[in-house]
Amino acid sequence: MDPRTTVISERLSRIGRIIAVSSGKGGVGKSLLATTLALTLARRGFKVGLFDLDFTSPSTHLIMGVKNVQPKEDKGIVPPVIKGLSYMSLVYFSGDQVAPLRGEDVSNALIELLAVTQWGELDFLVIDMPPGISDAVLDLVRLVKNIEFLIVTTPSLLAFETVKKQVSLLQDLKIPIIGIVENMKMNKAKNIKQKTKKLGLKFLAEIPFDPKVEEAIGDEKKLFDTALANKIKEIATDNAI
Amino acid sequence: MHEWALAEAVITAAQQIAEKEKLKEIKEATIKVGELQQIEQDILRFALSQLKPKSFKNVKFYITKAKTTLKCRACGNTWLFRKDKLDEAIAEAIHFVPEVAHAYIKCPKCGSPDFEISEGRGVWLENIKGVR
Repeated sequence: MDPRTTVISERLSRIGRIIAVSSGKGGVGKSLLATTLALTLARRGFKVGLFDLDFTSPSTHLIMGVKNVQPKEDKGIVPPVIKGLSYMSLVYFSGDQVAPLRGEDVSNALIELLAVTQWGELDFLVIDMPPGISDAVLDLVRLVKNIEFLIVTTPSLLAFETVKKQVSLLQDLKIPIIGIVENMKMNKAKNIKQKTKKLGLKFLAEIPFDPKVEEAIGDEKKLFDTALANKIKEIATDNAI
Repeated sequence: MHEWALAEAVITAAQQIAEKEKLKEIKEATIKVGELQQIEQDILRFALSQLKPKSFKNVKFYITKAKTTLKCRACGNTWLFRKDKLDEAIAEAIHFVPEVAHAYIKCPKCGSPDFEISEGRGVWLENIKGVR
Protein backbone atom coordinates (compact mmCIF):
# COMPACT_ATOMS: atom_id res chain seq x y z
CA MET A 1 0.00 0.00 0.00
CA ASP A 2 1.17 3.49 -0.80
CA PRO A 3 1.03 5.10 2.65
CA ARG A 4 1.40 8.71 1.48
CA THR A 5 -2.22 9.46 0.61
CA THR A 6 -3.31 8.71 4.20
CA VAL A 7 -1.69 11.85 5.65
CA ILE A 8 -2.72 14.38 3.02
CA SER A 9 -5.91 15.47 4.78
CA GLU A 10 -3.91 15.95 8.01
CA ARG A 11 -1.32 18.09 6.18
CA LEU A 12 -4.09 20.33 4.81
CA SER A 13 -6.22 20.30 7.95
CA ARG A 14 -5.26 23.79 9.13
CA ILE A 15 -5.94 25.52 5.84
CA GLY A 16 -9.14 27.56 5.62
CA ARG A 17 -9.74 27.49 1.89
CA ILE A 18 -7.95 25.79 -0.99
CA ILE A 19 -8.43 27.52 -4.33
CA ALA A 20 -7.19 25.91 -7.56
CA VAL A 21 -6.70 28.46 -10.35
CA SER A 22 -7.31 26.46 -13.46
CA SER A 23 -8.22 26.48 -17.14
CA GLY A 24 -8.83 24.05 -19.95
CA LYS A 25 -6.23 25.89 -22.06
CA GLY A 26 -2.68 27.03 -21.53
CA GLY A 27 -1.53 30.62 -22.01
CA VAL A 28 -4.62 32.24 -20.51
CA GLY A 29 -2.79 33.78 -17.54
CA LYS A 30 -3.42 31.25 -14.79
CA SER A 31 -0.02 31.62 -13.16
CA LEU A 32 -0.14 35.42 -13.16
CA LEU A 33 -3.66 35.36 -11.80
CA ALA A 34 -2.88 32.74 -9.13
CA THR A 35 0.24 34.60 -7.98
CA THR A 36 -1.47 37.99 -7.95
CA LEU A 37 -4.47 36.58 -6.10
CA ALA A 38 -2.21 35.01 -3.46
CA LEU A 39 -0.17 38.21 -3.04
CA THR A 40 -3.36 40.31 -2.84
CA LEU A 41 -4.85 38.10 -0.14
CA ALA A 42 -1.56 38.27 1.80
CA ARG A 43 -1.58 42.07 1.52
CA ARG A 44 -5.06 42.01 3.04
CA GLY A 45 -3.54 40.37 6.10
CA PHE A 46 -4.43 36.75 5.46
CA LYS A 47 -1.98 33.88 5.90
CA VAL A 48 -1.57 32.57 2.38
CA GLY A 49 0.25 29.75 0.63
CA LEU A 50 1.00 29.43 -3.08
CA PHE A 51 1.61 25.99 -4.58
CA ASP A 52 2.82 25.73 -8.18
CA LEU A 53 1.41 22.50 -9.53
CA ASP A 54 2.42 23.12 -13.11
CA PHE A 55 5.34 20.72 -12.68
CA THR A 56 6.47 20.56 -16.29
CA SER A 57 6.17 24.30 -17.00
CA PRO A 58 6.38 26.11 -13.66
CA SER A 59 6.39 29.90 -13.80
CA THR A 60 5.14 31.37 -10.52
CA HIS A 61 8.77 31.54 -9.27
CA LEU A 62 9.58 33.84 -12.22
CA ILE A 63 6.55 36.04 -11.52
CA MET A 64 7.57 36.27 -7.86
CA GLY A 65 11.25 36.75 -8.67
CA VAL A 66 12.24 33.79 -6.47
CA LYS A 67 15.98 33.07 -6.47
CA ASN A 68 18.36 31.02 -4.34
CA VAL A 69 15.76 29.84 -1.84
CA GLN A 70 15.29 26.33 -0.53
CA PRO A 71 12.62 24.85 1.74
CA LYS A 72 13.59 23.71 5.24
CA GLU A 73 13.26 20.18 6.55
CA ASP A 74 11.30 19.82 9.76
CA LYS A 75 9.30 16.61 10.02
CA GLY A 76 8.59 17.12 6.34
CA ILE A 77 9.26 20.06 4.06
CA VAL A 78 8.46 23.55 5.29
CA PRO A 79 7.81 26.02 2.45
CA PRO A 80 9.85 29.21 2.74
CA VAL A 81 7.92 32.45 3.15
CA ILE A 82 8.54 34.64 0.12
CA LYS A 83 6.90 38.05 -0.25
CA GLY A 84 4.52 37.05 2.53
CA LEU A 85 3.52 33.74 0.90
CA SER A 86 4.37 30.21 2.01
CA TYR A 87 5.63 29.16 -1.37
CA MET A 88 6.10 25.65 -2.75
CA SER A 89 7.23 24.65 -6.20
CA LEU A 90 9.00 21.72 -7.82
CA VAL A 91 11.64 24.18 -9.04
CA TYR A 92 13.30 23.96 -5.60
CA PHE A 93 14.26 20.45 -6.66
CA SER A 94 14.37 20.52 -10.46
CA GLY A 95 16.10 23.90 -10.76
CA ASP A 96 16.40 25.16 -14.32
CA GLN A 97 16.33 21.63 -15.72
CA VAL A 98 13.43 20.46 -17.82
CA ALA A 99 11.39 17.85 -15.93
CA PRO A 100 9.68 15.69 -18.55
CA LEU A 101 7.03 13.96 -16.46
CA ARG A 102 4.36 11.61 -17.70
CA GLY A 103 0.96 11.39 -16.03
CA GLU A 104 1.99 8.74 -13.51
CA ASP A 105 5.06 10.78 -12.52
CA VAL A 106 2.94 13.93 -12.13
CA SER A 107 0.60 12.00 -9.82
CA ASN A 108 3.49 10.61 -7.79
CA ALA A 109 5.21 13.99 -7.42
CA LEU A 110 1.90 15.60 -6.47
CA ILE A 111 1.14 12.96 -3.86
CA GLU A 112 4.69 13.24 -2.48
CA LEU A 113 4.50 17.01 -2.09
CA LEU A 114 1.00 16.90 -0.59
CA ALA A 115 2.16 14.23 1.88
CA VAL A 116 5.38 15.88 3.06
CA THR A 117 4.72 19.63 2.83
CA GLN A 118 4.05 21.14 6.25
CA TRP A 119 1.89 24.16 5.38
CA GLY A 120 0.85 24.79 8.97
CA GLU A 121 -2.00 27.24 9.53
CA LEU A 122 -3.17 29.18 6.49
CA ASP A 123 -6.31 31.12 5.62
CA PHE A 124 -5.88 30.39 1.92
CA LEU A 125 -3.82 28.03 -0.21
CA VAL A 126 -3.82 29.12 -3.85
CA ILE A 127 -2.82 26.45 -6.35
CA ASP A 128 -1.52 27.27 -9.80
CA MET A 129 -2.76 24.36 -11.90
CA PRO A 130 -1.35 22.99 -15.13
CA PRO A 131 -3.63 23.50 -18.14
CA GLY A 132 -6.25 20.95 -19.02
CA ILE A 133 -8.17 18.30 -17.15
CA SER A 134 -5.62 15.54 -16.87
CA ASP A 135 -3.88 13.88 -13.94
CA ALA A 136 -3.23 16.90 -11.70
CA VAL A 137 -6.90 17.98 -11.71
CA LEU A 138 -8.19 14.44 -11.22
CA ASP A 139 -5.72 13.74 -8.40
CA LEU A 140 -6.45 16.99 -6.61
CA VAL A 141 -10.20 16.51 -6.60
CA ARG A 142 -9.64 12.94 -5.38
CA LEU A 143 -7.19 13.83 -2.62
CA VAL A 144 -8.14 17.33 -1.47
CA LYS A 145 -11.61 17.21 0.01
CA ASN A 146 -12.38 20.92 0.33
CA ILE A 147 -10.94 22.15 -2.96
CA GLU A 148 -12.65 24.93 -4.95
CA PHE A 149 -11.87 26.00 -8.50
CA LEU A 150 -11.46 29.45 -9.96
CA ILE A 151 -11.48 29.16 -13.73
CA VAL A 152 -9.67 31.42 -16.15
CA THR A 153 -10.50 31.93 -19.80
CA THR A 154 -9.66 34.43 -22.50
CA PRO A 155 -12.25 35.99 -24.84
CA SER A 156 -11.35 33.29 -27.38
CA LEU A 157 -14.05 30.74 -28.05
CA LEU A 158 -11.29 28.15 -28.29
CA ALA A 159 -10.39 28.79 -24.65
CA PHE A 160 -14.00 28.95 -23.52
CA GLU A 161 -14.91 25.66 -25.22
CA THR A 162 -12.27 23.87 -23.14
CA VAL A 163 -13.43 25.72 -20.04
CA LYS A 164 -16.95 24.41 -20.66
CA LYS A 165 -15.61 20.84 -20.66
CA GLN A 166 -13.73 21.48 -17.44
CA VAL A 167 -16.81 22.98 -15.81
CA SER A 168 -18.86 19.99 -16.87
CA LEU A 169 -16.33 17.60 -15.32
CA LEU A 170 -16.16 19.55 -12.05
CA GLN A 171 -19.92 19.81 -11.85
CA ASP A 172 -20.24 16.04 -12.40
CA LEU A 173 -17.76 15.53 -9.58
CA LYS A 174 -19.69 18.04 -7.42
CA ILE A 175 -16.62 20.25 -6.94
CA PRO A 176 -17.42 23.89 -6.09
CA ILE A 177 -16.55 26.47 -8.74
CA ILE A 178 -16.05 29.99 -7.41
CA GLY A 179 -16.52 31.50 -10.86
CA ILE A 180 -14.91 32.42 -14.14
CA VAL A 181 -12.47 35.22 -14.89
CA GLU A 182 -12.15 36.51 -18.46
CA ASN A 183 -8.54 37.55 -18.91
CA MET A 184 -6.71 39.50 -21.64
CA LYS A 185 -9.85 41.20 -22.90
CA MET A 186 -9.36 43.52 -25.87
CA ASN A 187 -12.91 44.60 -26.69
CA LYS A 188 -16.23 45.20 -24.99
CA ALA A 189 -17.98 41.99 -26.10
CA LYS A 190 -20.15 40.43 -23.44
CA ASN A 191 -20.41 36.93 -24.89
CA ILE A 192 -18.16 35.22 -22.31
CA LYS A 193 -20.09 36.87 -19.48
CA GLN A 194 -23.38 35.69 -20.96
CA LYS A 195 -22.07 32.18 -21.60
CA THR A 196 -20.75 31.97 -18.04
CA LYS A 197 -24.18 32.86 -16.70
CA LYS A 198 -25.73 30.23 -18.96
CA LEU A 199 -23.51 27.67 -17.26
CA GLY A 200 -24.99 28.81 -13.96
CA LEU A 201 -21.65 30.22 -12.78
CA LYS A 202 -20.56 33.52 -11.35
CA PHE A 203 -18.70 35.84 -13.74
CA LEU A 204 -16.01 37.23 -11.45
CA ALA A 205 -14.26 39.81 -13.61
CA GLU A 206 -13.10 40.84 -17.04
CA ILE A 207 -9.45 41.79 -17.03
CA PRO A 208 -8.26 43.99 -19.88
CA PHE A 209 -5.13 43.04 -21.80
CA ASP A 210 -2.38 45.10 -20.22
CA PRO A 211 1.09 45.13 -21.83
CA LYS A 212 2.53 46.33 -18.51
CA VAL A 213 1.99 42.83 -17.08
CA GLU A 214 4.88 41.39 -19.10
CA GLU A 215 7.23 44.10 -17.79
CA ALA A 216 6.07 43.33 -14.24
CA ILE A 217 7.31 39.74 -14.24
CA GLY A 218 9.65 39.35 -11.28
CA ASP A 219 8.69 42.74 -9.84
CA GLU A 220 5.88 42.73 -7.28
CA LYS A 221 5.66 46.54 -7.15
CA LYS A 222 5.13 46.82 -10.92
CA LEU A 223 2.72 43.87 -10.84
CA PHE A 224 0.48 45.72 -8.41
CA ASP A 225 0.41 48.63 -10.80
CA THR A 226 -1.32 46.64 -13.56
CA ALA A 227 -4.95 46.36 -14.61
CA LEU A 228 -4.71 42.66 -13.71
CA ALA A 229 -3.81 43.43 -10.09
CA ASN A 230 -6.54 46.07 -9.83
CA LYS A 231 -9.19 43.63 -10.99
CA ILE A 232 -7.90 40.85 -8.72
CA LYS A 233 -8.03 43.30 -5.84
CA GLU A 234 -11.68 43.92 -6.63
CA ILE A 235 -12.38 40.18 -6.65
CA ALA A 236 -10.49 39.65 -3.41
CA THR A 237 -12.16 42.52 -1.56
CA ASP A 238 -15.62 42.06 -3.01
CA ASN A 239 -16.33 38.91 -1.02
CA ALA A 240 -16.45 37.23 -4.43
CA ILE A 241 -13.85 34.81 -3.16
CA MET B 1 14.12 14.85 8.73
CA HIS B 2 11.72 14.54 5.84
CA GLU B 3 11.60 10.84 6.84
CA TRP B 4 9.31 11.83 9.74
CA ALA B 5 6.53 12.85 7.35
CA LEU B 6 6.80 9.51 5.57
CA ALA B 7 6.92 7.61 8.87
CA GLU B 8 3.70 9.35 9.90
CA ALA B 9 2.15 8.23 6.62
CA VAL B 10 3.22 4.61 7.28
CA ILE B 11 1.73 4.65 10.79
CA THR B 12 -1.53 6.23 9.56
CA ALA B 13 -1.80 3.71 6.72
CA ALA B 14 -1.10 0.79 9.09
CA GLN B 15 -3.75 2.10 11.50
CA GLN B 16 -6.28 2.29 8.69
CA ILE B 17 -5.55 -1.31 7.63
CA ALA B 18 -5.74 -2.46 11.26
CA GLU B 19 -9.12 -0.80 11.66
CA LYS B 20 -10.40 -2.37 8.46
CA GLU B 21 -9.10 -5.82 9.47
CA LYS B 22 -10.37 -5.34 13.05
CA LEU B 23 -6.88 -5.88 14.52
CA LYS B 24 -6.54 -4.88 18.17
CA GLU B 25 -2.77 -5.02 18.23
CA ILE B 26 -0.17 -4.78 15.49
CA LYS B 27 2.75 -7.18 15.83
CA GLU B 28 4.67 -6.67 12.60
CA ALA B 29 4.86 -4.11 9.83
CA THR B 30 7.01 -4.62 6.75
CA ILE B 31 8.09 -1.51 4.90
CA LYS B 32 9.86 -1.51 1.58
CA VAL B 33 12.09 1.44 0.85
CA GLY B 34 13.10 2.12 -2.74
CA GLU B 35 16.73 3.15 -3.24
CA LEU B 36 15.76 6.08 -5.47
CA GLN B 37 14.40 8.09 -2.52
CA GLN B 38 17.55 7.42 -0.45
CA ILE B 39 15.66 7.23 2.84
CA GLU B 40 17.86 7.19 5.95
CA GLN B 41 16.66 3.94 7.46
CA ASP B 42 17.84 4.83 10.98
CA ILE B 43 15.83 8.06 10.94
CA LEU B 44 12.79 6.28 9.51
CA ARG B 45 13.02 3.56 12.16
CA PHE B 46 13.44 6.12 14.96
CA ALA B 47 10.51 8.20 13.67
CA LEU B 48 8.32 5.08 13.47
CA SER B 49 9.21 4.17 17.06
CA GLN B 50 8.37 7.69 18.25
CA LEU B 51 5.12 8.01 16.33
CA LYS B 52 3.61 4.59 16.99
CA PRO B 53 0.34 4.55 18.94
CA LYS B 54 -0.50 2.22 21.89
CA SER B 55 -1.87 -0.54 19.68
CA PHE B 56 1.62 -0.75 18.11
CA LYS B 57 3.54 -1.00 21.39
CA ASN B 58 4.99 -4.49 20.65
CA VAL B 59 5.35 -3.99 16.91
CA LYS B 60 8.45 -5.03 15.00
CA PHE B 61 9.21 -2.90 11.99
CA TYR B 62 10.94 -4.76 9.19
CA ILE B 63 12.47 -2.37 6.70
CA THR B 64 13.71 -3.82 3.44
CA LYS B 65 15.63 -1.98 0.77
CA ALA B 66 14.61 -2.36 -2.88
CA LYS B 67 16.92 -1.62 -5.78
CA THR B 68 15.63 0.93 -8.25
CA THR B 69 15.10 -0.30 -11.76
CA LEU B 70 14.69 2.28 -14.50
CA LYS B 71 13.40 1.38 -17.95
CA CYS B 72 13.84 3.62 -20.98
CA ARG B 73 10.60 4.20 -22.86
CA ALA B 74 12.49 5.18 -26.01
CA CYS B 75 14.87 2.22 -26.46
CA GLY B 76 13.70 -0.30 -23.86
CA ASN B 77 17.04 -0.35 -22.00
CA THR B 78 16.80 -1.32 -18.31
CA TRP B 79 19.33 -0.15 -15.72
CA LEU B 80 19.82 0.24 -11.99
CA PHE B 81 19.85 3.62 -10.23
CA ARG B 82 23.19 4.42 -8.58
CA LYS B 83 23.36 7.27 -6.10
CA ASP B 84 27.16 7.37 -6.19
CA LYS B 85 27.04 8.54 -9.80
CA LEU B 86 25.14 11.70 -8.84
CA ASP B 87 26.17 15.10 -7.56
CA GLU B 88 25.18 15.52 -3.90
CA ALA B 89 22.69 18.35 -4.55
CA ILE B 90 20.98 16.32 -7.28
CA ALA B 91 20.82 13.24 -5.05
CA GLU B 92 19.19 15.38 -2.35
CA ALA B 93 16.62 16.80 -4.80
CA ILE B 94 15.68 13.25 -5.82
CA HIS B 95 15.45 12.31 -2.12
CA PHE B 96 12.73 14.94 -1.65
CA VAL B 97 10.75 14.22 -4.83
CA PRO B 98 11.96 11.07 -6.64
CA GLU B 99 10.27 12.15 -9.90
CA VAL B 100 12.80 14.95 -10.38
CA ALA B 101 15.13 12.11 -11.40
CA HIS B 102 13.64 12.82 -14.85
CA ALA B 103 15.33 16.21 -14.78
CA TYR B 104 18.79 14.80 -14.09
CA ILE B 105 19.03 11.17 -15.22
CA LYS B 106 19.06 10.00 -18.81
CA CYS B 107 19.09 6.55 -20.36
CA PRO B 108 22.77 5.48 -20.43
CA LYS B 109 22.19 3.81 -23.79
CA CYS B 110 20.24 6.36 -25.86
CA GLY B 111 20.23 9.53 -23.69
CA SER B 112 16.44 9.84 -23.39
CA PRO B 113 14.97 11.31 -20.17
CA ASP B 114 11.73 9.45 -20.92
CA PHE B 115 12.07 6.47 -18.61
CA GLU B 116 9.87 4.57 -16.25
CA ILE B 117 10.65 3.97 -12.58
CA SER B 118 9.77 0.29 -12.76
CA GLU B 119 10.72 -0.63 -9.19
CA GLY B 120 12.14 0.86 -6.02
CA ARG B 121 10.70 4.38 -6.04
CA GLY B 122 9.98 5.25 -2.41
CA VAL B 123 8.33 4.11 0.81
CA TRP B 124 5.80 1.31 0.56
CA LEU B 125 3.87 -0.48 3.29
CA GLU B 126 4.16 -4.16 2.26
CA ASN B 127 2.04 -5.76 4.95
CA ILE B 128 1.06 -5.75 8.60
CA LYS B 129 0.38 -8.60 10.99
CA GLY B 130 -1.60 -8.37 14.18
CA VAL B 131 -4.11 -9.98 16.51
CA ARG B 132 -7.87 -9.57 16.57
